[in-house]
Amino acid sequence: MRDARSTQLLFELSQAGRRATTFPTCDVPERLLDELMPVAARADAPPPLPELAEPDIVRHYTNLSTLNMSVDTHFYPLGSCTMKYNPKRNEQLAALPGLAQVHPYQPAATVQGLLGVLHDLGEMLAEIAGLDAVSLQPAAGAQGELTALLMAAAYFRDRGEERTTVLVPDSAHGTNPATATMAGFRAVTLGSTPQGWVDLDDLAAKLDDRVAVLMITNPNTLGLFDPQIVEIAERVHARGGLVYLDGANMNAILGITRPGDMGADMMHFNPHKTFSGPHGGGGPGAGPIAVREHLEPYLPTPVIRWHEGRYDLVNDRPKSIGRVRSFMGNVGVLVRAYAYIRTHGAEGLRNVSENAVLNANYLLSRVKHILPVPHGDRCMHEFVASASKLKSDRGLTAMDVAKRLLDYGYHAPTTYFPLVVREALMIEPTETESKETLDGFAAALFRITDEPAELVHEASHSTSISRPDEVRAARKPVMRWRDESAAEE
Amino acid sequence: MKPEDLLYATTHEWVHVAADESGGKVATVGISAFAVESLTDLVFIELPEVGRQVKAGESFGEIESVKAVSDVYSPVDGEVIEVNEVLRDDLERLSQDPYEAGWVAKIRMSDEAALAELMDHTAYQKQCADEAH
Repeated sequence: MRDARSTQLLFELSQAGRRATTFPTCDVPERLLDELMPVAARADAPPPLPELAEPDIVRHYTNLSTLNMSVDTHFYPLGSCTMKYNPKRNEQLAALPGLAQVHPYQPAATVQGLLGVLHDLGEMLAEIAGLDAVSLQPAAGAQGELTALLMAAAYFRDRGEERTTVLVPDSAHGTNPATATMAGFRAVTLGSTPQGWVDLDDLAAKLDDRVAVLMITNPNTLGLFDPQIVEIAERVHARGGLVYLDGANMNAILGITRPGDMGADMMHFNPHKTFSGPHGGGGPGAGPIAVREHLEPYLPTPVIRWHEGRYDLVNDRPKSIGRVRSFMGNVGVLVRAYAYIRTHGAEGLRNVSENAVLNANYLLSRVKHILPVPHGDRCMHEFVASASKLKSDRGLTAMDVAKRLLDYGYHAPTTYFPLVVREALMIEPTETESKETLDGFAAALFRITDEPAELVHEASHSTSISRPDEVRAARKPVMRWRDESAAEE
Repeated sequence: MKPEDLLYATTHEWVHVAADESGGKVATVGISAFAVESLTDLVFIELPEVGRQVKAGESFGEIESVKAVSDVYSPVDGEVIEVNEVLRDDLERLSQDPYEAGWVAKIRMSDEAALAELMDHTAYQKQCADEAH
């Protein structure tokens, strides 16, 4: 049934002279190209653009889209990514003309509704964070991290303190050390204890007056809540440092505990994870940050203010680190987060996290007999299982299992991350999945472990591409299409 | 070089120490077969600069596989006097023959104290067995 012809490259489908539109006769006098642009300034030949009719193009993209797995078509337990279902209601609300059809250069007086939504979203995020002030501007979680660390740098500069290092536990998100480096700090790794918590001895050894920030992900990438968090924060504060909490795993703790209560001074949210913004396509994303009061003067400008009965944008903030993104950030994603939070309310958000944790623990208990979970029998919203036993017993790797799951109609879990677990399969079911879906997934895993090893090694069998040559893709990537027949001539 | 005759760091580098013509000690450093297998398909290696002074435990290179990027740590103190340039274009050598053709760097040791921190083959094998489960 698959239409493989239409998913060839558009260049390969091209037929000379074919067009999707016919232009009407020009109703102004035509002038020769030579009069409009000198020959010397023109290319020798037109660029080799594909020439296609409209049905060719529509079939091309529509068929390509059917080769994807998505949350709307498949269970997608991709650990660390919180692939929850995105309610379609949020799409309708974000498309309302008063929100979607406004221009960023409109005077504030004519977009009071949208500014009100963004202002209130900031207040709701501050409450969820347990912190005082918010910027919605960063365009992604990683940019939120960078924004916060630039603010920390400005804060210490202001105080005349020279602090050069950022501590990052090895259970943190991979973006954290990259952010520290981008912000001009030196990233220093903290080790973990066997149960997956921060090694306090290592913290004691590395914590000194040069430490600007400790960046911690809690719950961490092992899906574990580090109960030492308050003590860790107190120790960092005692040496004058700040604590940054990576909010990527907020889906586990909404309405149950708050980063501010744990001692964090700064954090970011990932609305596409926690508040059901759309994933994928490389954006547009959003990475709002929340900070404690003493960091508020450094927030990016502009800041939305409710003042004398109306919202306005405040740019006169001398300590601000300035803009990090044009206008108010990626507003469409933020409106979806607002709609999600308002739809659930405080009780509903707590239910989201309770069910996310319940689903993860249920799935853990179903699969641990074939995929042991090295860091224990209890988890938060996700857990990291290991295919080590399967590898030594049957020669099946985490990659083999992940590829074979595609044949069963399940998106694969995150593989080989975090690095502290060998043959890692990081599984995050999210709260939006039913017990039947979780049982079906566990049953598929059980079946795979009983299948002939050859069959699993060669999976996936049902996808258009099975196992791309990753080494060649990394070492000799082909970055653009070339007309090889023309090159030969 | 026979794996049984080498010393190993907890971070999976192997070391072979020999005397050079002037009587100085030169450590040949590589990555163990266990580590190479765990990394899976190798993509890139970043080798240290010749002439660089390194300390034991200091990251002096990086190896990237299709799975992840990992640091390569110097197991000894000293000066890098030679690196295995061929690996830049041919990481198969490291995958196929980690203890001979796949060596990474040679370091003229300034101090031998760090050798006491390294494991023999038996102790290293035990570490690998623990890590594999």
